[in-house]
Parts: sequence; structure tokens; C-alpha cells
Amino acid sequence: MRTMTRRAMRGVGLLCAAALSLTACGSSDDSGSDKAVSGGDLRAALREGGSITVWAWEPTLKQVVTDFQKEYPKVKVKLVNAGTGNDQYTALQNAVQAGSGVPDVAQVEYYALGQFALGKSLEDLSRYGADKFKDAYSPGPWNAVTVDDAVYALPMDSGPMALFYNKKVLDKHQIATPTTWDEYLEAARALHAADPKAYIANDTGDAGFTTSMIWQAGGTPFKTRDTNVTVDLTNDKGVVAFTKVWQKLIDEKLLAPISSWSDEWYKGLADGTIATLATGAWMPANFVSGVEGASGDWRAAALPQWKKGEEVSSENGGSSLAVMKASKNKDLAYAFNEYANHSEGVQARLEGGAFPATTADLSSPTFLEQTFPYFGGQKANEIFARSATQVPEEWSYLPYQVYANSVFNDSVGKAYVSDTKLIDGLKAWQKAAVDYGTEQGFDVNK
Amino acid sequence: MSAPPFTAPPRSRRTNHRAPASRRAPRRRRTADRPRRSVVLTVLMGLTALYALLPLAWLVINATKTQKNLLDSFGLWFSGDFALWDNISQTLTYDDGIFVRWFLNTLLYVVVGAGGATFLAVLGGYGLAKFDFTGKRAVFATVIGAVAVPATALAVPTFLMFSKMGLTNTPWAVIIPSLISPFGLYLMWVFAAEAVPTELLEAARVDGSGELRTFFQVALPLLTPGIVTVLLFTMVQTWNNYFLPLIMIKDPDWYPLTLGLNAWNQQASTAGGQPVFNLVITGALLTIVPLVAAFLLLQRYWQSGLAAGSVKG
Repeated sequence: MRTMTRRAMRGVGLLCAAALSLTACGSSDDSGSDKAVSGGDLRAALREGGSITVWAWEPTLKQVVTDFQKEYPKVKVKLVNAGTGNDQYTALQNAVQAGSGVPDVAQVEYYALGQFALGKSLEDLSRYGADKFKDAYSPGPWNAVTVDDAVYALPMDSGPMALFYNKKVLDKHQIATPTTWDEYLEAARALHAADPKAYIANDTGDAGFTTSMIWQAGGTPFKTRDTNVTVDLTNDKGVVAFTKVWQKLIDEKLLAPISSWSDEWYKGLADGTIATLATGAWMPANFVSGVEGASGDWRAAALPQWKKGEEVSSENGGSSLAVMKASKNKDLAYAFNEYANHSEGVQARLEGGAFPATTADLSSPTFLEQTFPYFGGQKANEIFARSATQVPEEWSYLPYQVYANSVFNDSVGKAYVSDTKLIDGLKAWQKAAVDYGTEQGFDVNK
Repeated sequence: MSAPPFTAPPRSRRTNHRAPASRRAPRRRRTADRPRRSVVLTVLMGLTALYALLPLAWLVINATKTQKNLLDSFGLWFSGDFALWDNISQTLTYDDGIFVRWFLNTLLYVVVGAGGATFLAVLGGYGLAKFDFTGKRAVFATVIGAVAVPATALAVPTFLMFSKMGLTNTPWAVIIPSLISPFGLYLMWVFAAEAVPTELLEAARVDGSGELRTFFQVALPLLTPGIVTVLLFTMVQTWNNYFLPLIMIKDPDWYPLTLGLNAWNQQASTAGGQPVFNLVITGALLTIVPLVAAFLLLQRYWQSGLAAGSVKG
């Protein structure tokens, strides 16, 4: 049954790919008026009212919508969960392509923004003055939403990475919290030797995690300039560093064969099968709601380093809100976006457990001082906030990363279940990315 | 020594009472009612039954657990607090009772979609079986061809068409494609050809009955087993339909249960999302209840419908 659903998912992914290629060639460009819109215009629009549709799966937005409608009673916001991640992108592409049913505002993860921005589906928010917000957001998210001078979305949350570890399990086997990835490998060996049922981490091949690791190791495997795209997943220094350690973890069977976000994964996090988790700072909310049973066992620490003594981190996940070009009410759409991600709404979302992308919140004492009962009273935000400042800025995703990630398992995934080497898997992934990009009209690796 | 050979009662399901005399000398005669028992077949049947029932048992057992218990207990046995009633009430009230809305949506799609599909299949099947007209062979070829095309393959083209017509995101987007059941039509056609004697129709016509009256009063009662078969078939199909609504409907207010449960399940794979595995499982249990009930209630017709086909060949 599991394989069935996975296969079905892959089918949807392919469909998405097909839909993408169609929109890439056939998107209608009705840019309308590009004139600047002032704050006064926005206030007038809010007073006048109207209704907008927001596609998002982020749970804390519900409260923001309630507050927003209370403040601007003439505005009606319809919040629709049109699917999580890839499902929603498929729906969004279909709607854009069909030219009807496009929402006014859509949640788009950072890795997927390039794809929609390039397809000319998103409104450039700089005419609303969003280009002045550079200092308001931490660098990782801000780089992700901007292309040259254009601002295609406002950062909603961010995922500076940290290492979450099950202190109870590591203490039981007297394993120190690893501070480098080499130590991590040692810890993985020691743990699995001490308890064959326990693994240092779960990994069955995850595009988001892999790219985040390469990012941390200083890699820049994807580069885009206009329609020139470079994909280097073989000699890139980040790729080399990552595969060196990860190949050993795979070869020695030190990674639990459990896919992230599955029910087994939640179970593994709860019962000690999975001892550590390197992921974004949005994870605590998921721990509290999904891994209730292990409350008090887990702690957060800085992400292990590729070189001892360095302080480099990475981003994993995180998403933004974009205004769709096809929206009939862009002023209201932007006003809501700014409310949710730049002004009053941010606080409500933080209280709901979201992790901010706004520098003011990341450095506020109340935020930093917050103790987490789940992590045994640890002030975990200090670790996350520091991580947010240590993210290398050169990184960028492919302009068609959604497609690339959807075929990650066909190529790199093999390295986790067969004799294929990780580097060969990445080579195959590169080929798939080059072929697809060329098909889409990019000049890839030329 | 264990049980003496004669005391073992014959395992007849037909008679509960047997004279002691006949118990001493069980009749070995084998009839169609009492076929020879086969150990291999019994074991095979047992395994198949187990295979079919195990997931159901898992579902029932796990619907009684809390979210926390689900993750830290053995899947095939009860554990912790008995939370079934609590789970059910949570399922029905979570997110302002959206589950109830999904349930009613599914019911709407099934009643109108599957009911309509059955009605059309009966009309069409009867017409094709009992009337001669030019182009019948072409219709036959089209229907057989349509049976071979999976609904999934048509979903995307249908979406593009419907979105031009402004029908996406409305119940019609699910109901209209559900109205067409080539397989149901074919089944009714074959069934009507066998179950309704042409002589009977002729007799009715001679007696002055109009075609419509002949259909409703003479043919329809004879077609009942076939109708129920097609109805169950289209009902299951519409009730479990996933891909079509997935493509057509983005507004959670119009989700059927399948999409709704998936949306709940997806909550677990979101940063900051709220995993509600216990509600997904309880919701799934509640979702299958009506189907199970429909099968139990209509079982008689369903069986005779199948049998009617098998005897006549």
C-alpha cells in the first residue's frame, strides 16, 4: 500500500511536470499597470473593501485572517488549503494555465519561488515599496524572494538549521553531542553498535535536506543568470564534502530507512529509534504537536560543522506569500501580505508557533529568552537566531527546482537502497536537471 | 485417544438439529448443497479472509487510541486509554466540524453521481439490449472502448475543459464525470438481454402498454438484481473517488471525504503543521461505515445479480 501511494504521488509529480512545461511556454502576460502604489492607495483600498482568496497551508495564518478582517471589516479573506507543498504547486500551475481559479495570494516555499517568478505568474512587489524591506528580513529568506531588483514575495517564516538530538538516547550510550559532521559519523557508529535498533538519523534521500547540506558546506551547485543555468552536482565543493561523509553513513547502514514526515518517522522520533534530526528551526512546533510522547527528551544544538571551529549554518524549508499576477485585486492582496508578514500579523503567527524571518523578532529579548518546556526548559531560540545569521548568502535554487526535487528520488534515491554511489546518483540527478532545463528553453551548462 | 470417530457432528450449516441415530451414521452422500470439504481450499479461504480483514482490524483497534498512544504502542492490539468516543467526537468537531461537511459532500456526489450513473446505465442498457437500430455496433464498440480507458487518464483533459466552462471548484465538476459509467452500461446491457424475455415485452405491447410503462412496470422489476449490482459498483467508485476531485476541487468546502482525509494526513508533513493521525484513522473508520452498511443491506440482490449472470453464462 505504501509503495502504491508513493507511486501515485510520483504520478502527480509527473503530471505537475507536464503542467509546468505547458505553462512555461504558454503563460499569458497581462502585466497591467506597473505604476507605484503608495501606502495611501493601500489604505484607501482597505477602506473600500473587497474579497481576496489566499491559498496557504501554514496553520498560523488562520489567526492572522481573523485579526485582519476584524481590523478591516470590509475586506473578506478566504483562506483555502489547496494542498501542502507540491500538491498546491500543481494546483496553482493548473489554475494559472487554465486562466481561471487563480488565487490572489499563494504560499510558495523558497525553493519553489524561482519557478513561479520565472513563469511570470507572480507580481513584482517592489512597486508597493517592498524593495525597501531588505533589512527587515534575515539574509537567507530575503535572497530567496528577490531576483535582481524584483521582489516576488514576502518571507513568511524561515528555517535556519539546527541539530535536534534525543538527549536521553545519547546520554544512555554516553555519546557526546557531535559538533562536526565527522564526529556525527563517529556518533552514528557508536550508537548503532550500542543499540542495533537505534540510528543517528533517518534518511531515504530527501532533496530539501541534501541541498541544505550542500549549502552549508559552501556549495553553489545551481547558478542562474537570465536564461543561463549552471548545474554542477559533481565537482562542487559542497557536494564533495557532503557525499564524503554521507556515503559512509549509507555504506555502513547507519541511517534509519524511514522517510521524513511518515507516521513511522513520528514514531521513531518518539521512541528513540531516530536519535538526531538536522532540520529547520520551525521543527519545535512539530515536536510539540506530533512527538508528544518524547517531551523532555530532546534538545537543540548548533548544526555540526564541515570544518572544525567554523560557524556556518544553512536554511531548510520556510515559505513566503506571493501575490499572483492573475489576481484581480492586487492592492488588497498585497495589503494582506504585508499585514501578515511585515506588520501586525507577524506577532500572531509567532504566538502560534511559527519561526520568524523578521530580524526585529529574531533579535528581540522576549523571543531569545523564551524557554521551551519540550526541550527541558532550554532557550532554544538563541541557537536558532544565531544560526540565522550564519547562512552563506551565495546560494540559489534552480529556476525549476520543484521539478528537479520531484525526480530526486528516481536518481539520488537509488543510492540509499542499492549499490549506486551517492555521487553517481547526484550525477544522474544533474543529467535530469540539465535535460529538463534544456527542454524548457534554458541554456544549461553551456 | 482423542475424540472417537462417530461423535464428531457433521458440520452442516443447513440443519441444527439432528436425530442421534443419524449422528451415528452420518450420510456421506455429497450433493450440490453439501460439497466435499477441501482442507487446502479452506486454508486458502482463511488466509484470504485474514488478508482482507487484518487492515480492518487494525483500523478499528487504532481508532481507539490517542495520538500519543498511536505512536508508542503495538499496532495490532489495544493500548492505553480507550479513546474511541473521544476520537469520534473530535473528528466530528475538528476545524468547525468540517468532517461532517465532507461527509455530506460525499453523500451528494454519491446520490446524484452514482444514482444518476445507474439510472442512465439502466436506461441505456435496456434500450441497447431490447431495441434494434442502425449504428448499434458502433455504440457497442464505443462502450467497450470506453471501458478500457481509465478515468484517471481523462481527468486532466476534463479539468481543462471544465475550467473553460467555469465548472471547476463546483460540485458539478465531480458529479458530471461520475454520471458516465461505461462498465455499468455494458453490465446492464448484458443483464437486460438475459433477464428480460423479449416475449414478455411483446405481450405487454400487445396488451396496449406504452414503451415507458413497459419499461417501468415490466422490465424494471426483472432488472432489480442488475440495477443493485451497478448501483453498488458505481457507489463504491464514487465514494472512493480521489483523483478526479483532487484535480477539480480546491475549495475544502467541496472536498469529498477522500480528499479531506488526505488533507488531514498532510498536516503532518508541514512545518508547524498539526499531525492528527488519530483523527485521520477515526475518520477513515467512519468513512467506510456507510459502504459496509450498503453492502450488508444490498448483499442479497448483489449475490443474486452475480449468480444470474453466471448460470446463464
